[in-house]
Amino acid sequence: LSLLLVRLDDRLIHGQVVVGWGRALAVTLVVLVDDRVRDSDWEQELFRMGMPAEVELRFASTAEAVTQAPKWLASPDRTIVVTGDIPTLVRLVEGAPGIRRVNLGGVHRTAGRRQLLPYLFLTGDEERELRRLAATGVEVKAQDVPTARSVPIEELV
Amino acid sequence: MNEPLKGIVVSHAALAQGMVDAVRQITGEDALVAVSNDGCESTALAERLSGALGGSSAVVFVDLPGGSCLHAAMREMRSSKSIAVVAGVNLAMLLDFIYHRNLTPAEAARRAAEHGAQAVRAVSI
Repeated sequence: LSLLLVRLDDRLIHGQVVVGWGRALAVTLVVLVDDRVRDSDWEQELFRMGMPAEVELRFASTAEAVTQAPKWLASPDRTIVVTGDIPTLVRLVEGAPGIRRVNLGGVHRTAGRRQLLPYLFLTGDEERELRRLAATGVEVKAQDVPTARSVPIEELV
Repeated sequence: MNEPLKGIVVSHAALAQGMVDAVRQITGEDALVAVSNDGCESTALAERLSGALGGSSAVVFVDLPGGSCLHAAMREMRSSKSIAVVAGVNLAMLLDFIYHRNLTPAEAARRAAEHGAQAVRAVSI
């Protein structure tokens, strides 16, 4: 399978994604699925600035990602898909049944969230959404960097 | 020129604080403020940076030419003409910057970037 990682990370594309996971998985394509960034040339330019020359970066809306996911699953490109929030992640995974695993990479502290791991804070609604996803047979695991332990959602909520 | 420019260093983990401490130790000058992205998403980091800037004219030094620290700095720069950004901060550029803070932000940023680049070299005997 060449869709190597479907990641939830509220910093979207940053060092952990590009350097940490990108190197460990020898990634050739990163797709950022985010409706706001998809509509902002300026923000896309910001994300391009941090990419190594050998890794391609594409942008997709949530709806485009649902349509294109089967292509990413079948493509020879070694691909990471990044989403920044749980509603987007859930829409993508429910719309693209070929995605069987998701990585909780970083959701940070805001009002109403409780801490589950140093890099993972969720509201009650967000916990329920992720549990619901896991109950459909999708493997939902938290892991910020490749060298860290991968923690199943069932251990956390 | 009015007030000397502020210098803000933004980094992953404790790198910024370490650089600010090093500048203080070397020069005795307390002219820089450190901001870390530790434990915060983009909105919280933007608030930290905005708080450190406090509306002053400033140069914002970030650790990498990409990623959350640069994004936060670029967003501030977009909303204010009195801020300039340098990516790839090193100690040499900070040491030069603190003695050249009566320039415009753009001039100070350009000067710091040049000095920082000159300090990076493979050293041979």
